[in-house]
Amino acid sequence: MSINQSGWRPTSPEANTGNVPASVTGNKALMLEEALIFEIGDSHTTGVDFDTFGSPANAGAQGTKDAARNPGFLLSQENKLGGLLRTAPIGLPGLSEPETVRHYTRLSRQNYGIDLGFFPLGSCTMKHNPRLNEKMARLPGFSDVHPLQPVDTVQGALEVIHQLAHWLVTLTGMTSVAMSPKAGAHGELCGILAIRAALEAKGEGARKIILVPESAHGTNPATAAFAGYSVEDIPATAEGRVDTAALKARLGPDVAGVMITNPNTCGLFERDMREISDAVHAAGGFVYCDGANFNAIVGRVRPGDLGIDAMHINLHKTFSTPHGGGGPGSGPVVFSEALTPYAPLPFVEKQGDQFVLIEEENADEHHAGSFGRMVAFHGQMGMFTRALTYILSHGADGLRQVSEDAVLNANYILRSLDDTLDAPFGPSGPCMHEALFSDSGLATGFSTIDIAKGLIDEGFHPMTMYFPLVVHGAMLVEPTETESKAALDQFIAALRSVAERAKAGDPSLKTAPHFAPRARLDETLAARKPVLVWKDPAPLAQAAE
Amino acid sequence: MRYLPLTQPDREAMLSLIGAATIDDLFVDVPEAARLDGPVRDLPMHASEMAVERHMSALAKKNLTAGEAPFFLGCGAYKHHVPASVDHLIQRGEFLTAYTPYQPEIAQGTLQMLFEFQTQVARMLGTDVANASMYDGSTACWEAIVMARRITKRGKAILSSGLHPHYVSVSKTMAKFTGDVLDTAAPELAADMDLDQLIAKIDDDTSCVVVQYPDILGRIADLRPLADACHAKKALLIAVVTEPVALGAITSPGEMDADIVVGEGQSLGVGLQFGGPYVGLFGCKDKYVRQMPGRLCGETVDADGRRGFVLTLSTREQHIRREKATSNICTNSGLCALAFSIHMTLLGEAGLRQLAEINHAGAVSAAERLSQIPGVELVNDSFFNEFTLKLPVEARPVVRTLADRGILAGVSLGRLYPGQDDLANGLVVAVTETTTAEDVETLASALQEILA
Repeated sequence: MSINQSGWRPTSPEANTGNVPASVTGNKALMLEEALIFEIGDSHTTGVDFDTFGSPANAGAQGTKDAARNPGFLLSQENKLGGLLRTAPIGLPGLSEPETVRHYTRLSRQNYGIDLGFFPLGSCTMKHNPRLNEKMARLPGFSDVHPLQPVDTVQGALEVIHQLAHWLVTLTGMTSVAMSPKAGAHGELCGILAIRAALEAKGEGARKIILVPESAHGTNPATAAFAGYSVEDIPATAEGRVDTAALKARLGPDVAGVMITNPNTCGLFERDMREISDAVHAAGGFVYCDGANFNAIVGRVRPGDLGIDAMHINLHKTFSTPHGGGGPGSGPVVFSEALTPYAPLPFVEKQGDQFVLIEEENADEHHAGSFGRMVAFHGQMGMFTRALTYILSHGADGLRQVSEDAVLNANYILRSLDDTLDAPFGPSGPCMHEALFSDSGLATGFSTIDIAKGLIDEGFHPMTMYFPLVVHGAMLVEPTETESKAALDQFIAALRSVAERAKAGDPSLKTAPHFAPRARLDETLAARKPVLVWKDPAPLAQAAE
Repeated sequence: MRYLPLTQPDREAMLSLIGAATIDDLFVDVPEAARLDGPVRDLPMHASEMAVERHMSALAKKNLTAGEAPFFLGCGAYKHHVPASVDHLIQRGEFLTAYTPYQPEIAQGTLQMLFEFQTQVARMLGTDVANASMYDGSTACWEAIVMARRITKRGKAILSSGLHPHYVSVSKTMAKFTGDVLDTAAPELAADMDLDQLIAKIDDDTSCVVVQYPDILGRIADLRPLADACHAKKALLIAVVTEPVALGAITSPGEMDADIVVGEGQSLGVGLQFGGPYVGLFGCKDKYVRQMPGRLCGETVDADGRRGFVLTLSTREQHIRREKATSNICTNSGLCALAFSIHMTLLGEAGLRQLAEINHAGAVSAAERLSQIPGVELVNDSFFNEFTLKLPVEARPVVRTLADRGILAGVSLGRLYPGQDDLANGLVVAVTETTTAEDVETLASALQEILA
C-alpha cells in the first residue's frame, strides 16, 4: 500500500461550528472578493511605460517625430489616418502593474484547476499539464517566429510539425495527418469536409445523411449539420454500445458516413468497430471517429486497424496541453489512404533535407484534391511544441503505460463505487478510461447536480453531469492516469459520502456548495435578462432624476 | 515515468479489488486482431526532462526569431512587446489548468475575466456585445458570414479585395460546402480602397459585405457610406480588424455602424507563435446576440444574492442544441483571451492610445525613409502601422535575399498572392513599438543596395 501523501484522514475532527460574525469586507481570510476592472481602474492609469528615447523608428538622427517626445503626433496634421482619428473615448480602464497582478491573482484563486486537485470531468481528460511543455513552447525559436517568414528561416518550426505528425500517424496507424485544425470540433469539421470532398470526387455528392449514435458529443451532430448534412440518430444497445444491427440496417446510397466515438461516451470500447467500418465501406460511406477518448487506447490500439477513415486528436486531452479555462485546443486529424488526397492545406513535407510548406501555390503537384484551407497560417504551433515535448517525454513505452493506468484508475473507481451508485453498464464488463453512473436510487427530488455541488464542498471538481444523454442523470467520471491511488481513495470516500446523503435526502445537499466562493448561481436570470458587458452606472445626479 | 504516480504495488492492489488478473483483462473488449502486444514499433522510448529539453532546444535554434533580426512582418500577425506580468499571470495553475467554467461556483475567476474581456472587446470594436472568443480571426470571419446568412436568410457574401487572402481562402473552403456564394477579388496596388466598387455590388440577395479595417495593404477607409449602402439593401456590414492596436488611434467599425465586427486579437498579450494559438474577437449589435456563435458569459446573482457570473444563452450552443446549434465551436481560446485581457488592463485607454501613437509615428517615419529609396514607391495614402511599398522588381526574392542578411523585411505580396503578376512587386511593411530607428535604417540601406 502506498503512503497517503495528501495528509487526508477518513476521520477528520469536527469543524468548529460556532457562530461566526460576517467580515465587513465580504472576504473570508484567504477567500478574497475582487471587484471588476471597471470598478477599480480608470482611463488615465496605465501599467506600461513606453520608451522615451530611441525606440520609435523615427527617433534617429532627425528625431523630429518621436511620438513619446512629441505626444501630439496623432493629433497633428502629419498623421496618415485617412481622417479617421478616434475622437470619442473607448472606456477602457487601466491598472498599475501591482494592481493588475493582484487583480488576476485574486481572480485565479476563485478557480479550481488540476494543479489544485482531482478534476474527474468525464470526456475532458483533465490530466496533469507538465511544465516542461510550457518551458519549451516559450523558447524564442518557437514563440517569437512569424508565420509568414521565408521558409528557410523557420526550418525548426516546420520540423516540429513534421515530427509531431510522424508520431500521430504512427500511433494511430493511419496514412497522413492534417495539423491545422484549431480544436476538436474544428477537427471534426475537417474530417467531415474531407469525406464530403471524397464523395463529391467520386460523383457521390448525393449522399446527404450522416449517422451519429445518440451517445455522441453535441459537437458531432453540430459539425455534420454545419457541413451541410442531415443527421440521423443511431440507438444504443442496453449495454451502452452502438446498435450495430440498427446501424447496418440504415446504411444505403444516401448515407455519406458515420461519426462514432471510440471508446464511446459511456466509457466503453466499441467491440464491433471493425465490423461497422467494413459495413460502412461496403455501402460506399466513410467512417469518422471522434478521437476525444484516444487517451484510453493510445499505445495499445491503433485506430487504423479498426478501419477508420478520419479521426481528430485533441492535443489538449490525450497529449496534455493545458485546457486554459476553455482553450486554446488543437485538433489534428489523421486520415486513411482513401481520404488523404482531400486533406486540407497547409502541409509540411520533407524534400531532401529541407522542410517545405505546401500551400495554395504549390499544392497542385501532390495535393490537387485538397478541400482547401481551414485557418489562416499553419495551426496551433504553441500546442504542437507542448504535445511533442510530452510525447518525447513518455515515448512509445510511456504512452502505453498512460492508457493502461488511465483504464486501471477508471475501473478502480467503477468497482469501488458500484455498491453505492448505480452503474448501468457495470455488469457488462470493464470500462475504459471513464466510469459512468446514473442518478437511480437517489431520494425523491435529488439529482446528479446535488451530488456534483456536494463534491465541490468536499474539495473536488465534479464529474461531467447529465452526459451522455443515454443514461438518466449521468455522472461520467474520468480520473486520468495522473492521479495517485491515494487521491482516488480520497475521492471515492467523498463521493460515497455525498451519494449516501443524496440517497437519504439530506436537505443541506440541495443548497450546496456551502464553502465555495459563490453559492448556486441563478442561470435562468442570466439567460432571461442577459447582461453580457459592463455598463457604467449613471452618475449619481442623473440617477436621482 | 515522472508523470505517472501509480506504483507497481498500487497497480496490483487495484487490479485485485477490480477482480482482474492482469491489465490485459481490462482491454478484453478490444478485438484481438487490433491489440498491440507491446509499445508501437519504430518510435523512441521515454526520455528524461533534460534529454527532451536538448532535443527541443536544438529544433528551436534552427529558426531565425523576430527578436534577433530587424523585423517588419505583419499581415495578420504582429510583433508587440508583451509585459512580463502577462505571461506570469496566465501561468497561474488556477487559470492554466482549469476547464471551461461549467461549474460556476468554482470558476468565478475565469468567468469574471471573460466578462471583463467581453466588455473590453465590445468597447474596442464599438459593438454592443462581444463573445468569450473564437479560435482566431480567420475562423471568426467565416462564422460572421454564416451568422449574416442566418439573420438575412440570404446566401451571397461580398468580400472586399482588401480582406486577408487567408481569410478569403478559409471562407471559400467553407462556402464550397455550405453553398454560400462569395464575391471575391484580389486587391490593386492603389492608394485607397475602392469602396464604391463594393457598394455597386450590393443587391437584394446580398447577406453581407466583409471589409478589413485597416486592410491587407494597410489602408484605412471610412466605413460609414458602406454601412449605409448595406443597410439600404437590408444586408449586414461585417468589419474585420487584424490589428486591434489600431483601434487606439482610429474610429472603431462599430462606431461607423458595422453590424458584426470580428478580429484577430494576437497583437495584445499573445505573441507570434508561428501562427497559433491566437484569439478570435467577435462582437455585434445587441439585436443579433442570439444568432452569435461561441460562448457568452453573463452576470447574475447567487442564492445569497451576491453578484456572480455564468456561461449563458447556451441554447445557441452545440452541447444543448446539437445539430441546430449556431456553430459547432466548443473549446475556444480562453487562455489567449486572458492574455489579451491582462495586457489590455495593463495598458488601459491611456496606454493603448500611447502605444497606437508610437506605432503610427514609427510607421509614418519608416514609410518616408523607405520611399526615398530610388524606385520604391509608397502605395498608401492612409495607414496605421503597416503600409505597402511598390518595388521596382519582384518583392519575394528581395525578401529572401534580405533574410539571408538577417533582415526580416516584411511580407511580399507574391507570398500572399502567388501567380498574381500585378501584385508581385508589392511589399507590406509593419512597424511597431518594437522597431527601432536603427532597424529601419538597416532595412533601408540593405534594400537600397539590393535594388541599385
